[in-house]
Amino acid sequence: MGINTEQIRKDFPILNETVHGKPLVYFDNAATTHKPQAVIDAVSEVYTKYNSNIHRGVHHLSNVCTQAHEDARIKVQKFINAQHAHEIIFTRGTTEAINLIASSFADTFLKAGDEILVSQLEHHSNIVPWQLLEKRKGIVLKYIPINKAGELVLDNIDQLITQRTKLVSIAHISNVLGTINPIKTIIKKAHDLDIPVMIDGAQAVQHVKVDVQELDCEFYVFSGHKIYAPTGIGALYGKTEWLNKMEPYHGGGEMIKTVSFNGTTFNELPFKFEAGTPDFSGSVGLGAAIDYVEKIGIEAIDQYEHELLAYATEKLATIPNMRFFGTAKEKASVISFLVGDIHPFDMGTMLDKMGIAVRTGHHCAQPIMEYYDIPGTIRISFALYNTKEEVDKLIDGITRITQLFG
Amino acid sequence: MSLKTQSNKLDGQMTINEIQEEIIEEFEAFDEWMDKYSYLIEIGNDLEGFKDEWRLEQNLIEGCQSKVWVHAEMQNDHIIYSADSDAIITKGIIALLIRVLSDRTPDEILNTELKFVEEIGLKDHLSPTRSNGLVSMIKQMRLYALAFKAKQA
Repeated sequence: MGINTEQIRKDFPILNETVHGKPLVYFDNAATTHKPQAVIDAVSEVYTKYNSNIHRGVHHLSNVCTQAHEDARIKVQKFINAQHAHEIIFTRGTTEAINLIASSFADTFLKAGDEILVSQLEHHSNIVPWQLLEKRKGIVLKYIPINKAGELVLDNIDQLITQRTKLVSIAHISNVLGTINPIKTIIKKAHDLDIPVMIDGAQAVQHVKVDVQELDCEFYVFSGHKIYAPTGIGALYGKTEWLNKMEPYHGGGEMIKTVSFNGTTFNELPFKFEAGTPDFSGSVGLGAAIDYVEKIGIEAIDQYEHELLAYATEKLATIPNMRFFGTAKEKASVISFLVGDIHPFDMGTMLDKMGIAVRTGHHCAQPIMEYYDIPGTIRISFALYNTKEEVDKLIDGITRITQLFG
Repeated sequence: MSLKTQSNKLDGQMTINEIQEEIIEEFEAFDEWMDKYSYLIEIGNDLEGFKDEWRLEQNLIEGCQSKVWVHAEMQNDHIIYSADSDAIITKGIIALLIRVLSDRTPDEILNTELKFVEEIGLKDHLSPTRSNGLVSMIKQMRLYALAFKAKQA
């Protein structure tokens, strides 16, 4: 095991692309990751070999396809160490998963005055669904504040997690600041009052080992496209007893047992929450991506990315007027920064011309920008195929650009 | 007399298309994109005249990436535009847009085909997916022209 970067880069065909005549240097992995040939092949194979609607067919292709889809579910189960495969609900991604919980949890448990607790560094997908509930149900949304280093401030946590709190929903790792949140501490605090916790793992599953039984969270969500799988597939893990209690989200085919105008009964888990024809090419792609990651080893990836993070941070720090955002003691492979007063859009545009892909702006986390009083940041985010040489190119590029601004 | 001078209007003002051609020529001098952007940054930094009192919510054309403010007023049948942005490259392109569209009649503005941005190789900045406020800004400038024209009638 261990990272053989040269071999890994060969696995990703898109890395051969040139941008504005330059080789692609892709540092926007927190937005989406590239796909190894194995994943591309797995998806193609669905359509060339066994594509068929699943679960209720009697013919051969339908059986093969059903098996492939359910095998993928088991892969996800094992990947995050869920106790049962039926605790894995396939969704379109993290955003849909959070909306699913928000909607079903609200229908089942929430009434006006109930509180939901998030944090100040959440992605909009873990803020807005709850704000919609403020309107629809009259719930109260609260948040754990951050400090200048981008760490959650837990000093007043006992005033934030109270008898009125019905759900705590926190990111595992911040997509802007890279902060690895103290989720075990928060889960314990919540459980002391029998409050369930959802963890947004969109920026975590690709970087660190996730064990949902060890975390003991009630819900854990993530997106496939951020872990080398296709867009349009994601997973929601939920403890059996909670998913069983909750009302369905979408209604339709697949999630029912019997339907009649006199009454309809719902299917068992996981199908109760999977209405309509499932995205079986997506799930198969996700399964293939998990296989790919497991073959290399998530711990090896974690370690390699940490090396890159340390190297990049060290090099960036040598640039005059460098301003880092997100300097938590525990961080994962995302670096947000600004150089002096240069607008991130200006820097990002010029880096693009050098073939270097970064993301600029608020990164769907406007509360963070408001906190730091900045228009946005430049964000670089790593994946297992990035290299130190690419970091060197970035540093060169930034240096050249800052010279233009005098 | 140069051809340019001959084609000038009697009042000494070049036509919109002549100005566009002038800009395209200026940028042809640059081979390297770095030099183009360097020039844009220069003219962006030089753009002045936007009064603080115009920096209002209603004048803000917000894109995802950079903020753009536009102010327009009529002076003797001509629309005078002023604009500002918090990103310098955007400001540079705005300076060029003002050079082309400002101090013109509403009809001239509405009948102009803005080809110079693409011809100087900055077509990317005009793509609707860019969400840098520029596309919205041009739209807004045209809307002002429409509104002022309607007022005149």
